[in-house]
Amino acid sequence: MSSAAHISPETSHDLLLSLAGVTKRFGALVANDAIDLTVHKGEIVALLGENGAGKTTLMNILFGHYVADEGTVTVVGLEQLEPGAPQAALDAGIGMVHQHFTLAENLTGLDNVVLGTEPIFRLRRDRTKARAKLNELMAGSGLNVDLDQPVHKLTVGEKQRVEILKALYRDARLLVLDEPTAVLTPQEADSLFAILRKLAATGLAVIIIAHKLAEVLAVSHRIAVLRGGAKVGEMKTTDADHNSIAEMMVGREVPVSRRTAREPGKPVITLNDVTIDRGDSRRSLHGVSITAREGEILGIAGVSGNGQAALAQLIAGLDKPDSGSVEIFGDKIEKFDAHTFAQNGIARIPEDRHHDGMVGSMTVAENIAIEDVRSPEYQKFGFLDFDAIRKRAEHAITDYDVRCPGPDAPARLLSGGNIQKLILARVLEKSPRLILANQPSRGLDVGAQSEVHRRLLEARQGGSAVILISEDLDELLTISDQIAVIHAGHITPAMPTDAIDRSELGLMMAGQKAAPHAPHATKTTNPGETA
Amino acid sequence: MIRFEPRSNPGPFLIYGVPVLAATIAILLAAIPLALAGAPIFKAYGLMITGAFGSVFSVSEMLTRATPLILTGLAAAIAFRAKLWNIGAEGQLYMGAMAAVAIGSGVVDGPSWVMIPFIILAGMAAGALMLIGPTLLKTRLGVDEVVTTLLLNFIVLLFVQMMLEGALKDPMSMGWPQSEPIIDSAIFPPLLERMRVHIGLIIALGCAVALAVLVKRTVWGFEIRAVGENAPAARFSGISVTKTMVLVAALSGGLAGLAGVSEVAGTRGYLATDLSPGYGYAGIVVAMLARLSPVGVIASALFVASVFVGADSMSRAIGVSSYLADLIVAMALLCVLIGGFLTRFKVHFDRKSTAG
Repeated sequence: MSSAAHISPETSHDLLLSLAGVTKRFGALVANDAIDLTVHKGEIVALLGENGAGKTTLMNILFGHYVADEGTVTVVGLEQLEPGAPQAALDAGIGMVHQHFTLAENLTGLDNVVLGTEPIFRLRRDRTKARAKLNELMAGSGLNVDLDQPVHKLTVGEKQRVEILKALYRDARLLVLDEPTAVLTPQEADSLFAILRKLAATGLAVIIIAHKLAEVLAVSHRIAVLRGGAKVGEMKTTDADHNSIAEMMVGREVPVSRRTAREPGKPVITLNDVTIDRGDSRRSLHGVSITAREGEILGIAGVSGNGQAALAQLIAGLDKPDSGSVEIFGDKIEKFDAHTFAQNGIARIPEDRHHDGMVGSMTVAENIAIEDVRSPEYQKFGFLDFDAIRKRAEHAITDYDVRCPGPDAPARLLSGGNIQKLILARVLEKSPRLILANQPSRGLDVGAQSEVHRRLLEARQGGSAVILISEDLDELLTISDQIAVIHAGHITPAMPTDAIDRSELGLMMAGQKAAPHAPHATKTTNPGETA
Repeated sequence: MIRFEPRSNPGPFLIYGVPVLAATIAILLAAIPLALAGAPIFKAYGLMITGAFGSVFSVSEMLTRATPLILTGLAAAIAFRAKLWNIGAEGQLYMGAMAAVAIGSGVVDGPSWVMIPFIILAGMAAGALMLIGPTLLKTRLGVDEVVTTLLLNFIVLLFVQMMLEGALKDPMSMGWPQSEPIIDSAIFPPLLERMRVHIGLIIALGCAVALAVLVKRTVWGFEIRAVGENAPAARFSGISVTKTMVLVAALSGGLAGLAGVSEVAGTRGYLATDLSPGYGYAGIVVAMLARLSPVGVIASALFVASVFVGADSMSRAIGVSSYLADLIVAMALLCVLIGGFLTRFKVHFDRKSTAG
């Protein structure tokens, strides 16, 4: 905070980068429409926008992956940046940290950093200079990481530091970070922000692409908002507030979903001491006991890769426990089978909606009916009843506002938000008793996110139990009634959301703090649970 | 620099026009090797056309050749739809033929309306079993079916050879390794008098239509499409990927086995190791030319058959190697693959940046 105040962008007239009138068309689609953007030395600029607003396209033009149809990219000290040449961007001191890291997992951090900067053929490897430079960088910025560890042994946050060091080692003057906090715990995100502020204080310019508003407000000096390919607003962060930016991003007022008080009902699903051992912490659960009750949203907080996938597979009917039991309305489940689960009132919203949620080449109508094609409603003697399938799709398209050319259009033409609406229409229409929502709003824009939350709350109000697996703390704190934390395959007892302290939650997600005894232990746990 | 941009929705012209255009270009490109061989080009094309379509006899020959190609083409099309890479249609064809011979050469006898369906079912079952094994290995243990089905072709051919030298050998064949002939009541009757084209053609056309209906209109077809296009999503939605794959294997292997039955009972009358000049492999080409559409398979099988029959007849008349036919078919496949790529992507030629 304090360092941000020292280097105030208005006083520094050190212009570093200017984009002028950048326009990029893909066929009829205008991805970037005459965008102007300037970045000064020592300034952190947040580039905000919904999915498809043109943020990534703009950064790809800056970095030379795309060539702009019109407009120029100028880096001060150089003439116009050569379009379509990533090497030129690198030479001009532009470093990019992608959302998905580009590190060689089997090499050490040091190897990764120097990779590409030293000649391939050399007699001996002398890295004392490189190490000295990196040590200096680390000391100056707080980007501490053990550079001699192979990258696969590092945490996600450390990997990200290696990525940033990689850019700084190449003398980056401008650092572009694409959704940098998507994979971090709240503590890691805070420490990243502290580092970025420190770096900015030394004169580094930063562009941060984001759609979590709170973070943007915390870290940036200036905010530029893109919508539909055009820049719709730009303001100093000190002048901005949450609601006004959200509205600017979406173009209309965003309804905020709120929980209303509701007494939970009977337990719907109970996991008793469930263990699934797949030899890999991402896909394993150890002695997990949780209960989700009617009219209640149970949030599962955790950093990606801590066993959420195993939990989701289990509740989706795609995997079975090695030991322990699963009860639904008190009946012990013997047959773990996705079809049976789907037909018995379990609505499943997959984590990766493109990969598991739809068949792109099949039509919207077919994708909506996909779980139920064997039911007599949609087939006779094995022949599909296309009228019934289409009728259901037409209803779903209206009720869930799925924007698509029509029920017969291939599903791959839909945007991410509309695919999610399609999936909601598929599973919620059947008044499910239990909803498994795995990262239901990840990657969605603000408008679509609030729609997902509204639907989940509506189902909760109607008496469904919801298990919400999410990495987004804001989401969990807004709509869950109870939150349990998953770490390394263990799940803590559920805690009522209102009694939760955000930073404690972060520590628990990082595995550094055991769960407190849940005040409502009698309600949330069950006799089978181990202490 | 050339860039490729995906098209969101190719129009009907691209979908139907491109294969036709590709086939035409392939035929025109055949002029180059013809010229290199010193053949009179226009005369050669004329002879090819009359060779395939010039008389009732040549049309009958062409249709006789198309019959097994339709069936093996369908076998490949349905398997590839489900991303089951069945390269073993040749072996499945021989197993089907062998099953037909085993029960159709006098072990049992009855009226035609019993015997013909009987040997068809036996042949289809034999072909189906040949593919179900590799499919289960794939779904259960992750064994690559390309390798298993391909290698099974050689095993089957050697097995057939062994049987033709042993248990199935015709004692009247004067030492030739061939089976006893199919009995009259199990022979596929010809469609035209004194011509070779037989009811196998009608059966093949019926299979194409039935398969088209199955894929488009039934629950099974729905599940096959879902599994083929996105198996994880199909599994997530509750479709059993293993069951669907086994069904596809039964259909694909069965159709290839039926091709064997049709050849042995419709064209040849007995089994020998030269029953198929590679119909199983040609079926892959037929299916690809048809873009895996069952009805399209009919058209592409007719195209491939007429190229083969026409080029055969042309080569005899002017002394050019009949390998030309293979060349044309191969070029047609290449053209269709390129065409298929162009229907899915738009090509942009960017001005290459000169600075540097």
